Order: sequence, then structure tokens, then C-alpha cells
Amino acid sequence: MTFFEAENVSKNYAGHTALDHVSINVKEQSIFGLLGPNGAGKTTLIRIINQIIGPDTGELRIKGEKLNPDHIAQIGYLPEERGLYKKMKVGEQAMYLARLKGLSKQDAYSRLKKWFEKFEIENWWGKKVEELSKGMAQKVQFIVTVVHEPSLLIFDEPFSGFDPINAELLKQEILKLKDKGATIIFSTHNMSSVEELCDNIALIDKAKVILDGEMQSIKQEYKSNAYELKVRDLQKDINEILPSSFNLKKIRALNNCQSFVVELPGNVTSNELLSQVMPHAQVSSFEEILPTMNEIFIRKVTEAGRSK
Amino acid sequence: MNKIFTILRREYLSRVKKKSFIIMTVLGPILMAALFVVPVYLANVSDREMKVAVLDETGLFYDAFHNSDKVEYENIYMDYATARDQFEELDYDALLHIPESALNNPNSVKLLSTSNIGLNMISDMESVIQKKLEAHRLSLSGIDKKVLEDIEVDVTINTFIYKEGEEKQNYSEISYALGLISGLLIYIFIFLYGAQVMRGVIEEKTSRIVEVIVSSVKPFQLMMGKIVGIALVGLTQFVLWVILTGLIVFTFQTINPDLFKYKSPEQQMIENKGLTPDELAVQQENLELSNDKANSLLEGIRQIQFGNILIMFLFYFIGGYLLYASLFAAIGSAVDNETDTQQFMLPVTIPLILAIISMQVVLNNPDGPVAFWMSIIPFTSPIIMMARIPFNPPVAYWEIGLSLAMLVAGFVFTTWLAARIYRTGILMYGKKASFRELFKWIRF
Repeated sequence: MTFFEAENVSKNYAGHTALDHVSINVKEQSIFGLLGPNGAGKTTLIRIINQIIGPDTGELRIKGEKLNPDHIAQIGYLPEERGLYKKMKVGEQAMYLARLKGLSKQDAYSRLKKWFEKFEIENWWGKKVEELSKGMAQKVQFIVTVVHEPSLLIFDEPFSGFDPINAELLKQEILKLKDKGATIIFSTHNMSSVEELCDNIALIDKAKVILDGEMQSIKQEYKSNAYELKVRDLQKDINEILPSSFNLKKIRALNNCQSFVVELPGNVTSNELLSQVMPHAQVSSFEEILPTMNEIFIRKVTEAGRSK
Repeated sequence: MNKIFTILRREYLSRVKKKSFIIMTVLGPILMAALFVVPVYLANVSDREMKVAVLDETGLFYDAFHNSDKVEYENIYMDYATARDQFEELDYDALLHIPESALNNPNSVKLLSTSNIGLNMISDMESVIQKKLEAHRLSLSGIDKKVLEDIEVDVTINTFIYKEGEEKQNYSEISYALGLISGLLIYIFIFLYGAQVMRGVIEEKTSRIVEVIVSSVKPFQLMMGKIVGIALVGLTQFVLWVILTGLIVFTFQTINPDLFKYKSPEQQMIENKGLTPDELAVQQENLELSNDKANSLLEGIRQIQFGNILIMFLFYFIGGYLLYASLFAAIGSAVDNETDTQQFMLPVTIPLILAIISMQVVLNNPDGPVAFWMSIIPFTSPIIMMARIPFNPPVAYWEIGLSLAMLVAGFVFTTWLAARIYRTGILMYGKKASFRELFKWIRF
């Protein structure tokens, strides 16, 4: 079921277009990856969802209801450019931000205490923010983003500034939030975290959506009919075994076997590759290679750049 | 509205709890009270009583010096060399030597002492000697001293305002001082607290918290919360200053009630013996005249409607502050750090500085065209109007009404303008905006 949708959203700034008829569709209780190079318009879209700025045209809806100021309390936003008041105490500050999201004093206090315990940072409550390290401040920021239990969470580069241990902790928390029913929009350049977390993605480049859909089906769509196979006891040169139309991309010699990556022409199936190799060697493993999101990202963006 | 209050509360509390605020709040009244108390105190503190030996070779000065509670004069009759040699044994603080030659050469008078003698005492002696020598020379030329005293006049023009068939005495010196002080105070308050707004906005921008906040509240709410919160800080400080200053002055008065009693030096002179009845009469007359003056000064102070001035001060402080604070907020939003603010500060500060410069003209002619127009234009009216208000006749009600209405319109306009710059500016990082860009943001 669709939780959030943007339809034909455009935004123009004096002299340049930040968003050009962008439509996205985010399913309930899923993680949606919003990808794109710097300056593509992701932050503009996120700010529009947060109602920090308004779109020129187009409509945004949460559960079919037109986006309005009442939705602010349902959204949690962790911006890429984030910080805290340096001179303020951590606890006071967290209370302040929670209350701005509409929580009552008692609610804000009890929930924050719970989160502080969970992250084992209760003793920071009375400390000033300037005494915290960057990673510590990020934890506090994550807490104030989620403390009002929003049903839509927007994370813009959430992992920047976290060490691997805390990044993992954060990743687990994000997945837990999803399990509890939250819908998450996740914007990042870090493609490996996209692969781990996202269900659906949209790739924005130069103000337009150039690719969107379910991540697994996108990977299927962009696979290049390439396979990796490992063989033992190869009796002939691999170049002599394979027909010239097969594109041998990579050869690697391992301890007692060899590994090849072969890209097949469009009409050739994996069975044909196997039947070519099997008479001359012992196949120990055989695997289809799916493109990484990183590869798809680079490919799509450079293609889009060329076509201009 | 609830959220504006939450913001306002933070802005207010975070500043009021600051050490610098507490220090300023305590220090301010102490300084102000010191301004009242110290001169009075100093004037009344009696120095150690001095004993001065007068060695008069002219014979004119045997009864010229009158003792006071500060100085005791004693005539000695010996030659200067002996007196000087025995100075230490004689146990005087100073030796005043008036040689014979002083009649022709007044500069030959000499004061000998082991330590420094206060300038006031010296000038007292000088004036006594001068008067005596003048009288001596007058009598030599055949003019009686009494004739001269009869001729001497002292003129004070009492100014009155004639309005609605009523004469009202006017005290423009007091109005001048009050006008100057209130105008300057408004100027200082606007700058002090306007700059705080600007710094607050820059802090939010550089610490990058602003985007977190504007995802919960509208930029306008954040800006207004900050402006109003800081206005309350300013008012708190002002009210505390007034109360604490009053308290300190009051305490001093109760501890030491004599301190503020007006002691005229003439009174002391009359108590002194050794005056001829004629001289006494003259002194008496002088005393009455100067009492008149002192009374009229007190009367003038009594006539000032402090309540009125205070209320107007609050109105113009709030109005002027709101007008400028939103502009300061806009400046803060357009830059990334405080050093970049210079170019935008200039157009904002020019009207304020212009008002301060024009204050001289306004104070000298509080009903003139410069005063009128500058107290109507909202960018200068808080300072100029406050400078005019203590004067008599009071500024017409319609002028104050018009000025306040213009001020309200002015701050509605600047707030609208600033809000448009602010909402775009706070989300721009790492870019120094130009005036052209600001203009674009306003139109956009």
C-alpha cells in the first residue's frame, strides 16, 4: 500500500530547475532509497516533503491525504546538514526539539530517557553539546529524529560521521523502526548501505527521476548476462574453449583453480556457456553476476550525462 | 502559536541564565547608582581638617580667611625665614606666605607644605586673596567696595511656556539632559539586542541546527520567537536596572540620610563669625538667590513626568527594536559568519547613526522641522522622539500617534521583508549572498 507519494513535483529557483516533474511512490513500511549525484535535487525534494519549502507545482500526499502542516508531527527528519546548539545541555536540547515536534513535557521526558538508556548515553544528559564528539552528537540527533515516533522517517546521509560500530547500531535501529511500521525515505551516496537496507529506489539526476522501482527487479533489469565460474583442471587455454562472441572479462588464478568472468551475447544462455566449458574442465562453482547499485548508479548517471 | 512560545522560552531562558547577562544586570545598576551617589558622597566626605598658618606681611588678610570644617586658618607673626625653619615644629599642614610685594605682584604668594594640598583648597585661597586684593586696589583708586557690589548684577532668565492662557515655567536644561539620555539609551538598546538577534541567527546557521528546527516549525515562527524572546531579555534587563538602581540609591539614602541633604556652602559662611553686619546681609541675599536656583532645579525635576517618559520609552524601545531586530535577523540569515555581516550592516546602521548625529539639532530645537520629520520616519523616530519627549511644551498627541502608527507600519514592513530573506537565507550554506541575491529572495 502506498504511504507517501509525490506527483509531478516541480521546483524552480531563479535561474535553475531543482525538480522537474518528479514523481515518487513510497510503500508503507518499506525503506525507500533516494539516490542521485550532488546537486541532483534530492535535498530540495526532502525539504518539500518536510514542508520547509513549497513546490511550484505538483502534489504530495501521505496516505492519500494532501500534505498539510498537521503532518509535521508524523515526520521525523535527519538532515544532512545537522547540528545542535553548542552551548546548550544535551538533555535540555533534546527536550526542546521533542517539544517542537509537539510532544508534551512528560511524554518527551519519559521517551527521551528510554532512548538515552537504550543508547547507553544517560550520563550525557547534563553535558553541554560542545563537550561531545561528532559521533556522540550524531546519536543525540538520531534520537531527537525518532523520539516522537513518526510514521514517516527521512534520513539524509544518516551514516556520515559514524564509526563502523555505531553505523551498524544505527542500521539495526533503522530496520527495527521499519519492523515497527515506520516508512523510511533514505537518501545517501553510500551504495552498499542502499543494497543492505532499501526495498525500492529512485535515482534522481539533474532534477529528473531517471530510474525507479524495486531494487531487486532493477538489478535484474540491468544485469549484463555475465557469469562467474570457477574451474579446476583446465586442460586447454580458456580463449580456445570459448567462442569469440563470448566476452571474457576477468581471469583470476586461485590456489588450485581458476576463475573467469564471462559476459554472454544477449541471446546466449548460461547453459551454453557451461556446455562449452564442461568438456575441458571441472566446474566447481557457477554464479550469475548481478550489477551492484554502485554500477547501476554510475552507468545511469553517465548515460544521462552523455545523452544531453 | 504554542511552538512560538516554546522557541521564545528557550531564547529567553538561555540568555537570562548566561553569566554575562547576570553580570551586566548587577553591574549596570551599581554603575548607575555610583553615578548618583559617588559625586554626592565625594562632595560631602570631609577631608582631614587642615591647619594653615597665614603669614601676612601686607596687613590686609588678618581676617580674610574664614575657618570651615575643612580648614582652620591661624595668623602667625614672624618673618618668613624663621617660620620656614620652624615649620615642622609649628605643627601646621601648610604655610601661606603673602609677602608685601603681593600687593603689586599677586603671583608672589606662596604656599608651603610637606604634603600635597587639594586643588579645591588652593582655589579657595586664591579667590579670597584675589577678592581682597581687588578691593584693596579699588579703594586705592577711590571706589568704595560697596558701590561695586551694588553695581554687580547676576542675571538668570526664567523661561516660561505660555499655552492655553497659562504660564508654565520651563526647564530646558533638564529636558535637554533627559532627551539626550533617553535617545542614547534607545540607540544602545537597539544595537545591543539587535546584534544579539543577528548573532543568534548566525549561531543557528553555523551549528546547522536550523534545518532540524524548520522541519518542525515555520521559519517565520523561529524568527519571531527569537526576536520576541530577546526583546523580553532586553525588557527584563531594563526593568531590573531601574529597580536595582532605585534600590541601591534608596539603601544609601536610608543608611546615610544626611548624604542627600542639600548643604549650601553659603550657609556655612554665614555661621562663621567675624563678618560685619553689612557683609552678612550681602551673604544672606546671595544665599536666597542661590536657594531660589536650587529650588527651581528641584521644581523642574519634579515637573518632569517620569511615568510618561518611562511608558513612551518602553513603546519606542519595543517598536524600534522590532523594526531593526527583524532586519538584523535577515542579515544573520544571509551570511555564514559574523565577519561577513559588514556589508549588510551598513545600510541598517546608517539611519541609526544619522539619528544620533541629528540629536544635537533636535535637542536645540525640539519643535523644528528636522525634529518633526525625523520623529515621524520610523527608522529614526525611536531615537528622535525620545529625545523630544522630555521637553515642554509636550509633543502633540497627534504627532506621537502618527509616529507610533508609522513605527508599527514600519516594523510590519521590515518583518515581512526580513521574513522573505530569512526563510531562504537560513538554508543557504557556504555561500555569501550579494545584495542582488537578497533582492531576488525578496521577490521570490
